[in-house]
Amino acid sequence: MSITMHWHDWLALFAQYLMLSMLSISGAITTVPDMHRYLVEQHRWLTDAQFTSSVAIAQAAPGPNVLFVALMGWNVGLNAGGGIAAGPKAWLLGLFGLAVTMVGIMLPSTTLTYLATRWGHRNRERRAVRAFKQGMGPVVVGLLIATGWVLASGNSTGQAPAWHLWLLAGVAALIVWRTRLHLLWLLGAGALLGAVGFV
Amino acid sequence: MHPPSPDVAAAPERPRPQSPRDLFLSFTWLALQGFGGVLTIVQREMVEKKKWLTPDEFLEDWAVAQVLPGPNVINLAVMIGDRYFGLRGAAAALAGMLTVPLIVILALAVLYAHFAGNPQVAGALRGMGAVAGGLIAATGIKLIAPLRRNPLGFGLCLAIVGIVFAAIALVRIPLGWVLIFVGGIACGETWRRLGR
Repeated sequence: MSITMHWHDWLALFAQYLMLSMLSISGAITTVPDMHRYLVEQHRWLTDAQFTSSVAIAQAAPGPNVLFVALMGWNVGLNAGGGIAAGPKAWLLGLFGLAVTMVGIMLPSTTLTYLATRWGHRNRERRAVRAFKQGMGPVVVGLLIATGWVLASGNSTGQAPAWHLWLLAGVAALIVWRTRLHLLWLLGAGALLGAVGFV
Repeated sequence: MHPPSPDVAAAPERPRPQSPRDLFLSFTWLALQGFGGVLTIVQREMVEKKKWLTPDEFLEDWAVAQVLPGPNVINLAVMIGDRYFGLRGAAAALAGMLTVPLIVILALAVLYAHFAGNPQVAGALRGMGAVAGGLIAATGIKLIAPLRRNPLGFGLCLAIVGIVFAAIALVRIPLGWVLIFVGGIACGETWRRLGR
């Protein structure tokens, strides 16, 4: 895939991630649906497959989940440079895109965390602090389930019928909910089922 | 720079990181063990193995990390690093959490792009994507039970869960609006009820 990114597009991308940083209550993963809306549906800077593979690779790799954001920036940069096969220019743009999205998603929230930690420690019994923590509880739960939904439905482009994908996502959710099986086994099983063409 | 917080200063014999370098290496090692999320590993390493934090301190830090926006485990790393070495500690913990995993994930992405045309590889990623969706949804489902203790009441909580899910997953309303309106109403109502 090849796209054109002007400097104001990069600026808009950076601003969008700065904003999402402040909106990512309970983890960057809850902003996945909004990133999908912005990157894939509104601007078409990423394909559906690039988007979901960014999240899937980050889930399968070790490290904090937020690194999926790095891969999204990397892919936008690669697309702007004419794709991964286009050579060093595309790779540099990929690294630039990675820096734009990662700095965007981290800078506001990390700065706020650094400044607010001691204040939060001292005031954790305050009514406003407790109201915010407990009031956001159900909102965060709804966001997590919505994120799972968007991820499971985002890549039904295979040869197999779409309900196979839903079945796999549903069974995975059930196993995680009910057992303590290591997540790596589930991701491995998903990869295997995908490789043999079940989904 | 901050002075060390009283609970750390009062117990100098307690295990603690020796240097920002120690923080960097500890968080690198911790991040590399975390497949599909790092939180459980943070708890095991920081509380059970290294004993830098008591379980109570961990819970408190985690609560604050969740209230604040941003990636949770990143916030937690910044908080722990800051407690021992101020800004340098926060930066060391943050860098440890991100640097090596970032290199690993880029290598994986390049490898994947090389083989993306291969239908088996594309299928494998599709399968993992579906599983990843299931994992995240299950994390949300697990958190429904604690809502029974929420001051809003379980029924109202379930209604909010449903509204947020429909707005984001089905109607695709931008996240900011959902957080401002649904989140604002939920927090306001909680505040009112806590005051009673």
